[in-house]
Amino acid sequence: MDINDLRGLSTLLLMVSFIGLCFWAYSGKRRATFDEAAHLPFDDEELNQRTMREEVRND
Amino acid sequence: MSELNSALDHPTYNYKVVRQFAIMTVAWGIVGMLVGVLIAAQLVWPALNFDLPWTSFGRLRPLHTNAVIFAFGGSALFATSYYVVQRTCQARLISDKLAAFTFWGWQAVIVLAAITLPLGITTSKEYAELEWPIDVLIAVVWVSYAVVFFGTIAKRAVSHIYVANWFYGGFIITVAVLHILNSLAMPVDLTKSYPVYAGTVDAMVQWWYGHNAVGFFLTAGFLGMMYYFVPKQAERPVYSYRLSIVHFWALIAVYIWAGPHHLHYTALPDWAQSLGMVMSIILLAPSWGGMINGMMTLSGAWHKLRTDPILRFLVVSLSFYGMSTFEGPMMSIKTVNALSHYTDWTIGHVHSGALGWVAMISIGSVYHLIPILFGKERMYSVDLINVHFWMSTIGTVLYIASMWVNGILQGLMWRAYNQDGTLTYTFAESVEASHAGYLVRLIGGAIFFGGMLIMAYNVYMTARRENPADDAVPVTSGAA
Repeated sequence: MDINDLRGLSTLLLMVSFIGLCFWAYSGKRRATFDEAAHLPFDDEELNQRTMREEVRND
Repeated sequence: MSELNSALDHPTYNYKVVRQFAIMTVAWGIVGMLVGVLIAAQLVWPALNFDLPWTSFGRLRPLHTNAVIFAFGGSALFATSYYVVQRTCQARLISDKLAAFTFWGWQAVIVLAAITLPLGITTSKEYAELEWPIDVLIAVVWVSYAVVFFGTIAKRAVSHIYVANWFYGGFIITVAVLHILNSLAMPVDLTKSYPVYAGTVDAMVQWWYGHNAVGFFLTAGFLGMMYYFVPKQAERPVYSYRLSIVHFWALIAVYIWAGPHHLHYTALPDWAQSLGMVMSIILLAPSWGGMINGMMTLSGAWHKLRTDPILRFLVVSLSFYGMSTFEGPMMSIKTVNALSHYTDWTIGHVHSGALGWVAMISIGSVYHLIPILFGKERMYSVDLINVHFWMSTIGTVLYIASMWVNGILQGLMWRAYNQDGTLTYTFAESVEASHAGYLVRLIGGAIFFGGMLIMAYNVYMTARRENPADDAVPVTSGAA
């Protein structure tokens, strides 16, 4: 075993992690969670409005 | 007492620090681009150096790069990251005081840079020119920034951490590591230090830092912006959330290796050059994956581009991002680099990213933010946003096209040989041949700069308060 084996193994490790990541991200089990997460930018209008009301009141 | 309880039960956002950074984004954008226009003019008419050391190109150029990257881009990143992290975590920043410290600390860094660089106080490391006392201040401010950002994520009211925060978080951590490791130096006195690295290692550390300043400061951070403001402005969720996860991990895993492409055909070992080249080419995949994800968010809503100049800013910035992330991998190929390196092509490439991508997505995001932060329905003038959009686009195109022409012209002139092996052209002849391109670049840059002035007017008119009672705060009935 020399340094080149280590280099080969690191390539393999990266490939496996990348493919694993793709399977993880695209698995059907997580679809619902991710759909929910994708809506996060649209879920906080109430807090935004409250902030604006407080700022007007404190002026 | 009851107010305290109400603050705990019904949190509000800290918009003050976001407002401060958003306004300074516009202000520093104008300053940084003005210096850019001045040094572009110096290359057309060298007499504009005024024969003074403080106004010479060599001192003003780092002032320009620091001002646009760290003052303009930095303020845009602070403003949007503080805004996005609060809104997607549904939590107030963990500390208003620490957030205020990051604002004033960052402004202090910028002012110190504006004083020391024209005085010629510099480490001479590109994009890391500031001397060690300022570097220490940057590190302190940056760590505080990380505490505020990750502290806010830790106290989030939702279970998921939205993808934009992953990009902002990756950018904050990596920039801390890059800045601290690249700035390690032995001080001689208050204004002079020497790096702890020497020779080729110094060069490699510098470009590991330098290219990741591009990859993380100017890309990952602004992708965070894209993942919030493009969906928000288009009023639809991102095209593929799953792709955004693959995009994040692939991008940060590959970018960190691309630095050696700045050192092709130097004393850097050949294998390291080839590694940098290969990683740079692979980088095309995550870059384009992210760009397509942003663009496709508009599928089914393309008609909005006809009426919404803010969305136009965001989408065209993605086109420029796609263009420059194709050009970059191509230029990192050694044989292409042999032609392009040290020529104006590189400057053109940088500005297709800096003007087309970084500046335009920041401008679009700030136009989205300003009315919200000042309690207005929309910007003072939507028509002026549209004028600004066209000035930015035309300015960027003139800039990069002239630098392509100049770069290829210089590359070809420098490598031309006569039959007896002597060089066909002197260096001065290539400078003379570049004159027309420099003039076109100055015109393009000036048009882009003019757009920023229009933006400042529009922002001022929106933020101005005629009568606080008239402010169009949409209040739902009975809630107040």
